[in-house]
Amino acid sequence: MNNVNIKINGIELSVPADYTVLQAARMANIEIPTLCYLEGINKLGACRLCVVEIKGARALQAACVYPVNEGMEVFTNTPAVRRARKANLELILSNHDRSCLSCVRNRNCELQKLAEEFGIEDIPIKGENDPVHEIDDISTSLVRNNNKCVLCRRCVAACENQTVSVISCINRGFDTTVNCAFEKSISEVGCIFCGQCIVSCPTGALTEKTSIPQVINAIDNTEKHVVVQTAPAVRAALGEEFGLPMGTPVTGKMVAALKRLGFDKVFDTDTAADLTIMEEGTEFIERFTKQEKLPLITSCSPGWVKFCEHYYPEFTDNLSTAKSPMEMFAAVIKSYYAEKNNIAKENIYSVAIMPCTSKKYEAARPEHSTDGVQDIDASLTTRELARMIKQAGINFAELPDEEFDDPFGTATGAGVIFGTTGGVMEAAIRTVYEVLENKPLENLEIEPIRGMDGIKEATLTIAGKDVKVAVCHGTKNARYLLEKIKAGEKYDFIEIMACPGGCVNGGGQPIVSAQERAKVDIRAERAKALYAEDRASKIRKSHENPAIKLLYSEYFEKPCSHKAHELLHTHYTKRTKY
Amino acid sequence: MSAKNVPAFNGTKEQEAKLMEIINKHKGTNGALIPVLHEAQEVYGYLPIEVQTMIAEGLDVSLAEVYGVVTFYAQFSLYPKGQYRIAVCLGTACYVKGSGDILDKIKERLGIEVGECTPDGKFSIDATRCIGACGLAPVLTVNDEVYGRLTVDDVDGILDKYMN
Repeated sequence: MNNVNIKINGIELSVPADYTVLQAARMANIEIPTLCYLEGINKLGACRLCVVEIKGARALQAACVYPVNEGMEVFTNTPAVRRARKANLELILSNHDRSCLSCVRNRNCELQKLAEEFGIEDIPIKGENDPVHEIDDISTSLVRNNNKCVLCRRCVAACENQTVSVISCINRGFDTTVNCAFEKSISEVGCIFCGQCIVSCPTGALTEKTSIPQVINAIDNTEKHVVVQTAPAVRAALGEEFGLPMGTPVTGKMVAALKRLGFDKVFDTDTAADLTIMEEGTEFIERFTKQEKLPLITSCSPGWVKFCEHYYPEFTDNLSTAKSPMEMFAAVIKSYYAEKNNIAKENIYSVAIMPCTSKKYEAARPEHSTDGVQDIDASLTTRELARMIKQAGINFAELPDEEFDDPFGTATGAGVIFGTTGGVMEAAIRTVYEVLENKPLENLEIEPIRGMDGIKEATLTIAGKDVKVAVCHGTKNARYLLEKIKAGEKYDFIEIMACPGGCVNGGGQPIVSAQERAKVDIRAERAKALYAEDRASKIRKSHENPAIKLLYSEYFEKPCSHKAHELLHTHYTKRTKY
Repeated sequence: MSAKNVPAFNGTKEQEAKLMEIINKHKGTNGALIPVLHEAQEVYGYLPIEVQTMIAEGLDVSLAEVYGVVTFYAQFSLYPKGQYRIAVCLGTACYVKGSGDILDKIKERLGIEVGECTPDGKFSIDATRCIGACGLAPVLTVNDEVYGRLTVDDVDGILDKYMN
């Protein structure tokens, strides 16, 4: 790509010819405010907060969509620009439910930040429809509050990017709202609850459905034995909520915080990830040997599972029947753990901290219950955990590192990398290889399936046979891969995660502003924390985990045994799109 | 515009066959959705959820997108037209002579909004631009019947004529 010479605020720059004015300005460290723009996802010039003066242009232009050209002169901070931006922001604010103090996005809201930066002291105009929209909070996972919506369409674009597209802008002009078709609740359409809309939303219009009060009640109830498990991706991002740099692993501090919050036992979901590998790996070996129901597709990601059920029901037989690590753990806690510690399972309150909003849906699925009691009582997002820590007055950054509780405190590096795209497959290969080859795998780090490419493929030779594997993340890539399979492409084993980048970028993770997301690949940064923890682990293969060996010897006998099938496996439902 | 109180869908097999023909004719071309919606509305008279779902499925676009387009353009209707189609002129002359109040009175009496149809399928209301009868302002039409030089008090009498 050739470069062009332009001037921004008198500064001479040479920038790639396909850049927009916004990209060029950011390259020169000149900040232009944005609201509707979300790098790689939403680019439409709708909010008009990024307007700039361009010499010779008829009117102010939106920097996020205006292409650079040779000799262009741009001014980003003139009286006309400032006036226009401020007027546009005031109009957006005039129709916004400004209950900032009681909003979960307080101090993490792009609109609030803009109001501060623009020096808004008064909002002279009063919008007609504030606040009149009904709040949609009947799903297990998402709450949509259109009174806080600024119509930036970032959520619509994020949903489209997932090829789910259950929300759209409806009506026109002043009556425009973001809604589902026929104003249905998000719980009544083919939403997969991935929560990518939430992490794309600049305001509090989209949030998770919280279970914090229920969890606090359980902790306060002395009759309840409250157990918590934490997913691998949580430790890779929780620190961001407390000002630590992105990609800082905070495993020890997180455990310390959970103990101070009053949880009776703090377990590591990674242990259950190892259990999932044992079950799923065995399932793979069985199917591969018999050459039936291939490719086997992973089922740890509830967003992906729901996507498959709604949009590709013909593939539900390919899904691994092994439950997700969260649900395996939940089943073990209310059976093996309850029996061993002589606690009535009704008195156990089982909490999961997940990077995910779809896990709330998974937790509520009727399949994941025993005698009418859900195996998981509450699934919280990483953000909800951060809120609980802040509310409890815990100084997170200064906490000492503490260890997970036994007997489920030992996890392996294989379990840790579950939190990023490629991790489940890599963990599975480490075990499947050694089981079939009966000798140690030399290089544990399987590079071709790491990284942020949308679809990664590799053919491995295991026990003299070629095993063709694929890894994809984001349901757009899943759709692409499944269409390829329908057209005749053959695979043996596939890992799919619903969120782009896998769980590290899940819909329950800390929200990173659009400005920040344009600068760093949050998926790769957070993944680094997990790969570092894997490298530092003493045990890096699931089948070598002593906790897992103990579970099989004391309870499940062997992978895919009758008992294992009863407690650790599940089934799926074919659903319709509409 | 939102879809409440839409009468039960009773599309025929013939209509569905026609719709499939329309979808197949446009499928694969850029911007197929709007012409398909136009032609579908000609077949059914309106665009209820059943029709929009068939279009979404047929064109492989999401139902939310279809609904977004239908609710964006005023010429698409989520409601069937009534046996008696009331059209109140909101052109400049009629408007300044008080047709807005007449429209409000009709909405109140029938309990529906502009664009909607009564659940019994009898009446629908449209607000139109100038129909060229400014000399008679304010004007409304019921099917082909024209009523002019109206006051709010005339509304009940006109509606009563069609009630039975």
